[in-house]
Parts: sequence; structure tokens; C-alpha cells
Amino acid sequence: MTDTPTAPRSFQEIILRLQTYWASRGCAILQPYDMEVGAGTFHPATTLRALGTRPWAVAYVQPSRRPTDGRYGENPNRLQHYYQFQVLIKPSPPDLQDLYIGSLRAIGIDTDLHDIRFVEDDWESPTLGAWGLGWEVWCDGMEVSQFTYFQQVGGHDCHPVSGELTYGLERLAMYVLGIGHVMDMPYNDPQAPIALRYGDVFRQTEEEYARWNFDVADTDTLLAHFEDAERQCARILAQPADDPKTGKRIVMAHPAYDQCIKASHLFNLLDARGVISVTERQAYIGRVRALAKACADAFVQTEAGGAAA
Amino acid sequence: MPDLLIELFSEEIPARMQARAAQDLRQRVTDGLVEAGLTYASAGAFCTPRRLTLSVEGLLAASPDTREERKGPRADAPEKAIEGFARGAGVSRTALKTRDTPKGPVLFAVIARPGRPAAEIVAEVLEKVIRGFPWPRSMRWGDGSLRWVRPLQSVLCLLSAEDGSDVVPLEIDGIVAGNTTAGHRFMAPARFAVSGFDDYAAGLKRAYVVLDAAERADHIWAEATNQAFANGLEVVEDRGLLAEVAGLVEWPVVLMGRIGAAFLDLPPEVLQTSMKEHQKFFSVRDPRSGRIERFVTVANRETADNGATILAGNEKVLGARLSDARFFWENDLRVARAGMGDWLATLENVTFHNKLGTQGARIGRIAALARAIAPSVGADADAAEQAARLAKADLSSEMVYEFPELQGLMGRYYITAAGLPEDVAAVAQAHYAPLGPSDTVPSAPLSIAVALADKIDTLAGFWAIDEKPTGSKDPFALRRAALGVIRLILENDLNVALADPDGPLEAAAAAIGPRPRDKGSEAGADVPDLLAFIHDRLKVYLRDQGIRHDIIDACIAMPGNDDLTQLVRRARALNEVLGTDDGENLIQGFKRANNLLTQAEAQDGVEYSFGPDIKWAANDAERALFAALDRAEAAIGAALGQQDFATAMQAMAALRGPIDAFFDAVQVNDANGTLRRNRLNLLHRIRSICAGVADLTGIEG
Repeated sequence: MTDTPTAPRSFQEIILRLQTYWASRGCAILQPYDMEVGAGTFHPATTLRALGTRPWAVAYVQPSRRPTDGRYGENPNRLQHYYQFQVLIKPSPPDLQDLYIGSLRAIGIDTDLHDIRFVEDDWESPTLGAWGLGWEVWCDGMEVSQFTYFQQVGGHDCHPVSGELTYGLERLAMYVLGIGHVMDMPYNDPQAPIALRYGDVFRQTEEEYARWNFDVADTDTLLAHFEDAERQCARILAQPADDPKTGKRIVMAHPAYDQCIKASHLFNLLDARGVISVTERQAYIGRVRALAKACADAFVQTEAGGAAA
Repeated sequence: MPDLLIELFSEEIPARMQARAAQDLRQRVTDGLVEAGLTYASAGAFCTPRRLTLSVEGLLAASPDTREERKGPRADAPEKAIEGFARGAGVSRTALKTRDTPKGPVLFAVIARPGRPAAEIVAEVLEKVIRGFPWPRSMRWGDGSLRWVRPLQSVLCLLSAEDGSDVVPLEIDGIVAGNTTAGHRFMAPARFAVSGFDDYAAGLKRAYVVLDAAERADHIWAEATNQAFANGLEVVEDRGLLAEVAGLVEWPVVLMGRIGAAFLDLPPEVLQTSMKEHQKFFSVRDPRSGRIERFVTVANRETADNGATILAGNEKVLGARLSDARFFWENDLRVARAGMGDWLATLENVTFHNKLGTQGARIGRIAALARAIAPSVGADADAAEQAARLAKADLSSEMVYEFPELQGLMGRYYITAAGLPEDVAAVAQAHYAPLGPSDTVPSAPLSIAVALADKIDTLAGFWAIDEKPTGSKDPFALRRAALGVIRLILENDLNVALADPDGPLEAAAAAIGPRPRDKGSEAGADVPDLLAFIHDRLKVYLRDQGIRHDIIDACIAMPGNDDLTQLVRRARALNEVLGTDDGENLIQGFKRANNLLTQAEAQDGVEYSFGPDIKWAANDAERALFAALDRAEAAIGAALGQQDFATAMQAMAALRGPIDAFFDAVQVNDANGTLRRNRLNLLHRIRSICAGVADLTGIEG
């Protein structure tokens, strides 16, 4: 092993190193998507760009929200808002596993001392109508990443296949930095004049959102918004492809997909409020999936989706 | 005789699929080779997380030449037909030979197939096997279209003989077969060339790969037990986990770690399940206290610090996992100590089946049924009802939500924590039993009552909505439920009249009531049909114990057949007596009597049930039969009154001698009408006396 890993000192240093590493391996470093999503996969740079034939290679941080995981900032490992680092390369390169292992070395994991393992874990997103095969990657028994070869997204077969890597940043960073409670983790350099810990940045918001998510969010409003998003999505996709104003062919796959993202997050909020029964749950998931499929259908009609211009 | 070595090297193969895949590889490749004429001496398959390997020894160097003669049309057939035949046989028109046959001159084609070299056949077979491999789930990768369980990275395919080895020319979707493999992903990643299987296996071992899964498993187990023993501890055996872990490593390194003191008072099953499910750790316990105190993890590599970093990491991850488990346990205990009301309330809103209502409603039915069954199994009715109400409460607990396999077991802990007696708590776990043909059957009266009620409610419920098992489909495990009822009753020697108007099947059917079926119709459970289903399962159960179906049928035909214990006692007694010389011959005598009687009754249009009179008996043999029937009748009546089927059967079998003597001594269809009638009436007595014991008419032999 040529690179001698040095230990990173903060959460942000791990993020920066991952970005630098994947940039050096040819990925475009994108920025987070500006909407509330449950996971990095929802970013259109993954969901939509995994479709169609065009090559693609991106990496980005995505703030992710899982309202039901809120613990008022008290649980050492659980947060309702956290960060994922996402890599998507299409077609998946033959050395993706080695590239991935290289990224672990880049953030200071000495692969000569640790036990890195690829343990079967098939991925499926019922809300996105997507599935793939791959592994959860273990470092000394801890799951540090999800590694997936996308087979289907939005009901469409992926051709070529994308390789997707998802790092749970807080958990990975806590492990690398040797931190027991997420709120104690150095966010910036501990030697900085104003050293901030994760808790300095997020403890208060975890509390605020936990209260809102579990007890205060108005369910009637959420339901109404869910239905608005559903209608809006359908309305966008129902427009004719040819724009009467510019005379261009403009299929609005992304604006429609924004509505799908919204509906998905609203569903998660409703779920956290405990107002969705077991039987209704499947129905809601099916409704979001229908939106995702419609957006995927639209995207493959676009140039980025591989349709002939 | 060359040897063949194949290695399919890929990204990590799921552990659960490896053993089967190795078998499939061996089966499919060797079948393909043999079909193409290449026989072999022996074949062995191996698997690691990254490779499937097949070694075939003593393969033919080429398939033998073959010659096949195919008969065609007559020599004078239309030319078109002859040409068609030649084309179909792949020979030229002029190569056809004419031969005289009894049907005149006929054309024959001689098809000669020269043998083909092994390499050519191997390449064809292997490509076909790879493309059609029966993975439970396979995938594509990159921009290719080949499917494999995970990306296939290289193929090694080598034919080797004493004079050297050759790569079999083969290319599949850009992967060119070669003679190299790679070692351990981290410890020896370089590729290296091999010349044959021995060289390959030895090379892998030098490159930190143990090829044989059984060798890896043996090493893990030996090492784990040694380390535990050295600390005065023992590893909790788990073969499934051992096989899985052996499929996750190429170079197993066993490490034993500690469990944080804060977690040692969790129930041992919780520790064990959490460590196994999440971390694939073995549990290590103190044999004196039974407490689980350490764990064994299996790493995939050696390190300079002898695994210290790896072990520390695993201990840390386990700490986080067990913190969760402790959190669930403590929350659950709070609900349990408060009487579990929250959980029971939740179950009122959980659907059991959309046509059968909620879990809460089901629990209510089971509780009422358990109460009704209790007296017949020696249980206290109030306690049975209470135990049934609590037995499924843990389905709402956080721990069971996290680890569904702990259902029942957690219930037992929680009911105990609620301050209830141990026999009530035990029901939570025991009422699911028996789960299969070899699972232990509960013997405590409360557990029996609730276990029976649980299963009978399930059966009656699905009978009401007409969701019976068909063929191989039994999604609600109703056969298992019926077998459970059978074993609970038989193994506890219970007398329960299942189908009695006041019995449990009717009570369960009434509690469920009419339920919607297809096309808007509604109906309740058909109890006779359900009893017939239970009888069918009983036949399977007894057949496995060596009792023939005709013997069981002879007993099912008797009244009181819903008392399974009585039914089986009767069947066993009949089985026993039929195994004796007397029994076997009695059947002959009985059949002879029955046939004569049936024929005469059909012919004469009367029933000879008047009762014979001994005064018309013509000789000693006939008189002796009268006496024997009187004796048998009295003995059988007395024995049946006490359900002593063995004595009844013996008394019946004792009729064999007198019946045989009777048939030897007299002609039933005597010319004298009075004598004939009397004898037919005598045969009728034989039939009716035997019919009181079992229905012998369907017995074979």
C-alpha cells in the first residue's frame, strides 16, 4: 500500500478528503440538491441520471432527513438530519471495488490494520421503483457504506448499469475519529480558534425538528401538500413536449421529479406523525412510486436521458 | 487423461448462495461434458467469497468417434423424400446405402461423427453453463449484458496433462479465459499463474486463501472453541452461523472479544440474537452460570497488531448495537410491569388477516376457546384464559419488532416481569409449539390449552374464508397447525371430542362466524371438512410411524373418530393384531364371511340380521363358532367399554380358529333353506361383532 494514511481530525476533513479523492478519480463534484430528501439516492443526479445511456460520474454530499429517526439529539447514533456522501458512476467501472477501498484509505482507514468486508445486501427502494444488487461494506463489523449496482430505476432497466456508493458520513466519521457520541464529534479542526463540535451545529436543530416531526407538524396540511404535489407532478408531465413559446421540445422531467421528491418527504413526515396505518402505508408508497415512474418515463424522453436530440 | 481446472472469479458472492453454486457448477459442467462424450474419473467443487472452482480429474482427451445408422424411406420412394432424408441426416444423397429388408429395399444413412478434442467441448460447455447459471438472483454490470451473481472478473480454464497444461480458448463477453488467479484481496492481491489443481490450491494457500469451505469452517470452530476453553468458557454452537461466516472469509482469523458489563444482564437470548443477526458473532458463555459473557468474531485477515484494531472496532460496534437492545428491553419492561395494557391496546389495531380481523379479536377468540378447552386438559379455566390473553402481547414490544424470532420468548420474560406465575408466562413461548414434526410438544396443562386454542382458531378461521392448503401451497401453515393439534392431543394422551357439538371445532367455528368468501358470499367453517383434513394429516403422521393407511381408514370409519387418542389407540391395536398370524387369517375369514353374506343379501333382497339359533347348528364346528362368538362379543364389549382396544382386537382375532373350522366343516349355502338362513345369520354376527371393533372391509390382503 503506497499511500500512508494520516488521521483526519474532523468531520469536515473527512468530507473534504472524500471530495478530493473522487475528484481525482474523475468524478464531477456536485453540490447537494436543494430539497428535503430521505437519502442521497433521491438527488436527480442519481435517480434520473442512472437512466439512459449517457456516461456519468459524480460525487456529492447530500443532507438527508428521516423524521422517524429523530431522538432530540440524545441518541449517540441516531439523527433525523444527517449527511450522506454519494458516488454514482455509469457505466460501473470494473475496478469500482478497488476505487472504493482507495477512498477508505484516503480518509485514514489503514486497510492493513482493519478488516474490510463486502457482505450481501440487496438494495430496494419501493418509493423509487428501484432495485440493485450489492453489499453493505463492513469495516471491523461496522457498516460504513452501501455499494450497489443499479439494475432498475423508476421501473426502467438500467443499461448501462451504474455503480452507486453511499457513505453514511456521521457514522463513518465517528468511527474514523474514535468518537462515541455524534454530538461530541469535532466538526471543524479542533485546533481552530473557534472549534465547533457536531453538537454545536446540530443539537438544537435535532431537538426542534424532533418536536416538530413527532408532535407538531399539522397532518391535514401535510396531507393536502402531498396531494398538491401529486397533482402538480401529473400536470407538469401532461404538458405537450413542444413549448409553444420557444418552439423547442422541452420535456419537464426535473420539475416533475421535484414534486415526486416533495411527496416522498411529506409521506415520511406523515409516517413520523404516526397517522399512516399499516394498510395505508403500502398505498402511499405506491402513489410515490407512480410519480417516480412517470418522471423516469419522462426523463428517458429527454436528451440527458439518452433520447436522440 | 487430462485434468480440468475451472475458476470463476468474481466480486463477493453472497455467503448463503456459495455452497449451492459450487454444486450447480459441478453438476452442470460434468453433465455437459458427459453428454458430449467426455467421461471423467472424479470431480470436486469449491467456493470462497470470491471464487467458484471446479476440478475434474481423469477427463478423456477427446470424445470418442461415433457412428449412427439411420433408417430412411424405401429405395423406390419419391426422390424428394429421399433428398429430404439425406439432408436431415446430414449426408449426401450418394452416400445413402440400400439394404434389403423384409419390407423391400430401404435406404440407410450412416452418420459418422468424429470425436472432438476436450478443449473444444469444455469451452462450449463452460460458456453455456456460465450463461445459464441458476443463481437465485443475478445482475448485469458496466455496459455488458452478461449476468452473474456479482460482476464476474476473470475465468481460469485449464486442461493439464503430464506434458504440461493448456488454457482452454474461451471468451465470454470480453472476459478471456487464462491460467491466472488472484490471492486474498488485501494480503496477497497479485495475480499468479497455475499449472493444475494441486498447484492452484497450494498457491492460494500461500496467497492467504483457504479454498475449501469445510476447511475454513473446521478451522473457525476449532479455533473458537480453543480460545473459549482457554478462558474456561464455551462457544454456543450454531451450525448455520458457522456456514455463513465461513462464506464471508477467505482467510479466517478468529478473535474473541468482550461484551460491555452494562449489557451482561440482558436476557442471554437477546445478546445471542443481536450478536448473531447484526454482527454474525458467535456467543461465548460461562458453562457454570449459563451467562453469555464474550463473543467470537471471524476476521478475514491477519494484521501486524494481531487483530487488536479489528477487535476494538467490533467491540465498539457491538456496544452501539447492545445499547439499542438495552433501550428496547428497558422500555419493554416498563410496559410489561404496568400489565402490558399498551401492547394489548395496540394489537386491537393490528390486522391479523383482512378477512379475519385484528390480532386483538383473534386473541379474544383464543382466550375464550382456551377457557373452554381447559377442563379437558386438566388446566384451570381462569388461568388458561388469562394466559391466552397475554401470550401474544409481546408482538407489540420493541424487542420483538426488532427481532421477530424472539416472539414468545420475550413474552415469557415480560409476563414474568408483570408478576404473573411462571406457568402463565411459559404459555407465551409454548403456545406456538410444536412448530414442526420434530419440535417439542408442550406438556404443561395451561400451555396445552392455549396451544390447542391457537391452532384450532387458525384452522377454523382459514376454513371459514376457504383458504385451505392446495398442493404445495400452504401459505398460512395450516398443515403444520393441524399436525400441531394432532401431536398435542396424542403426545399428551388427551381425550378431546374435537367435533362434538360442544367441542372445540364447533366453538371456534361459531366464534369466527360467517366470513366473506368469493363473490360476496358468506359462510362459516365447515367442521366435518376440517375434521377430514385433520384425519388426512393424521394419516400422514401415522404412516411415518409405519401404520398403513387402510388400517387408519378402518378406524376412522368407526364412531368417535374425532377423539384422536382413541382413534390412534384403535389403529395401533389393529396394526398389532394384523401383524399376528391369527389377525392376518382372521381378515381372510372375515372377508369370506362378509362376501358370502353380501352376495346372499343382494341376491335375496333381505338382511340376515335376525340372529342365528344354535339349535340348527349341524356339527361341533358350527356349535363352537356360536360359543366363540358369544365369548368374543362379551369380551369385546367389556374391553371397548374401557377403550382397551388391544384386548378387543385379541378377542376378535381369537375368532380366527372357529371361523376357519366352520368354513371347513359346513357349506353355508346349504340346500336346506333353514340351515342356509341360519348360517347367513351366523355370518352376520361375525360381521357385526367385528364391525364393533374396526371396519375391516377395506383392509388389504
